[in-house]
Amino acid sequence: MSITIKDVEHVANLARLELSNEEKEQFTGQLNAILKYAEKLNSLDTDNVEPTSHVLPITNVMREDITRESLPIEKVLLNAPDEEDGQIKVPAVLE
Amino acid sequence: MSLFDLRLQDVHSKLNNKELTVSDLVNASYRRITETDETIKAFLTLNEENARREADNLDKQLQEGGERGLLFGLPAGVKDNIVTEGLLTTCASQFLSNYNPIYDATTVSKLKSAQSVTIGKLNMDEFAMGGSNENSSYYPTRNPWNPEYVPGGSSGGSAASVAAGQVYFSLGSDTGGSIRQPAAYCGIVGLKPTYGLVSRFGLVAFASSLDQIGPLTKNVEDSAYVLQAIAGYDEKDSTSANVNIPDYTSALTGDVKGLRIGVPREYLGEGIDPQVKEAVMQALKTFESMGATWEEVSLPHTEYAIATYYLLASSEASSNLARFDGVRYGVRADNPDNLIDLYRKSRSQGFGPEVKRRIMLGTYALSSGYYDAYYLKAQKVRTLIKQDFDNVFNQYDIIIGPTAPTTAFKIGDQVGDPLTMYLNDICTIPVSLAGIPAISVPCGTADGMPIGLQIIGKAFDESTVLRAAHAFEQQTEFHKSRPQLG
Repeated sequence: MSITIKDVEHVANLARLELSNEEKEQFTGQLNAILKYAEKLNSLDTDNVEPTSHVLPITNVMREDITRESLPIEKVLLNAPDEEDGQIKVPAVLE
Repeated sequence: MSLFDLRLQDVHSKLNNKELTVSDLVNASYRRITETDETIKAFLTLNEENARREADNLDKQLQEGGERGLLFGLPAGVKDNIVTEGLLTTCASQFLSNYNPIYDATTVSKLKSAQSVTIGKLNMDEFAMGGSNENSSYYPTRNPWNPEYVPGGSSGGSAASVAAGQVYFSLGSDTGGSIRQPAAYCGIVGLKPTYGLVSRFGLVAFASSLDQIGPLTKNVEDSAYVLQAIAGYDEKDSTSANVNIPDYTSALTGDVKGLRIGVPREYLGEGIDPQVKEAVMQALKTFESMGATWEEVSLPHTEYAIATYYLLASSEASSNLARFDGVRYGVRADNPDNLIDLYRKSRSQGFGPEVKRRIMLGTYALSSGYYDAYYLKAQKVRTLIKQDFDNVFNQYDIIIGPTAPTTAFKIGDQVGDPLTMYLNDICTIPVSLAGIPAISVPCGTADGMPIGLQIIGKAFDESTVLRAAHAFEQQTEFHKSRPQLG
């Protein structure tokens, strides 16, 4: 499998990244090298191997569903780049 | 001798006897930073005003008497991906250049309970992605043993600040070796605890199934004390392990008689610097002389670990870093055409090249059509790598090898070749994938640069790891040498 500039553009779009032409070319080469290296995993037979997504035997950590105090709005908005009336402001989504 | 070379008990008895104040310790820290950090560049943000106020408070408490925290009065540095309320936390990224956290990470709250004093925030590779600190978007940290060399990474600032005597200890984070490798390169002690032992709440996530916070210290005893202070179950971290926390310092008996050591041949094979190998072999002789035994063992899937790691860690990163969209915090790009454009421009302007590269790799590995071939495959190989360790630990108490195949390299030498840079992590990455604890301790030098010995243990058996590391330290002088600076 070889990655083309088109693939890089597609992935960049999925990742919400805007790449310069130079970056696109560089990443095409570098990602190809890394993925070629990763192909060595294919030499291992893993048909009967369970995947490890997490090393600890912990699943479904629950807590009691009780209402707790939230952070104050002023604190939550402290780092917001733009805000109005206690809400975070972004460009219009609908025309 | 620096105040920070004193043993913790000696610092505390001097405080008791009024030979020393916490303000003296904090002053010594900032003085040393003023003297050396123009060269070393370990710090991104200083917490000077608050730290001096805190020192005054602790000195008052000292006069009044009463119960004191385990790390009372000790100047501490915190890696800049661990959030600190009211203290800038940038992850060495332009994206978070203005990020002022509204809460403390659990480890930071625990340091506050233990009454250490936070001196400032430490430089790192951007979002912990890298092994040299050259990926900091502000400036690279330099190795105190030779400023032309990298300090390692990603916790390079954490390691350099301890090695340079700027702080008593520091916290770092380790995803694939980011505590152990810089500790090795800077000639200090770095411990990556078992996954789940230390809370990740407030650690800005890179790869959630691998990330773990741990101490960087001058010696093993300090490492045990800091681990004691930060370990423990945290309901705010759903991957936190609910296990009993033993008394780590009581494990430091100096006795390793009968300890069974496995030495993986894969860690001493091709690519390892002969001087590093020689230092490891000498260390094994030291263990033998103390009554431990060692045998060569095999971790047969080692050669697959780096590919596995870069697929899994990058996939997790691509998902974790989706939160950096310029909406709620961080730097927002000017004049976006619409909301999607706002995400795109903010992310493209805010992230550096290595971060973009890993987001791209991870997004590709998780994308439709490739998930099974890359991500799922890597998760299966992770199982095989973990089983390698399980098999060895059926017959051995610890595993010993080098922390890194070489000593620190020169700044600029490996930039532009990400794959070679990734190969530096061959001895630390398998351990991270298995989630088990490991410590790096100084075991010699090659051409003036420090070499690290890696001691790996069973899950949640930090006590044996610390006991072995401490016994080795008692027999050697490596941990006592300090770089000559300014």
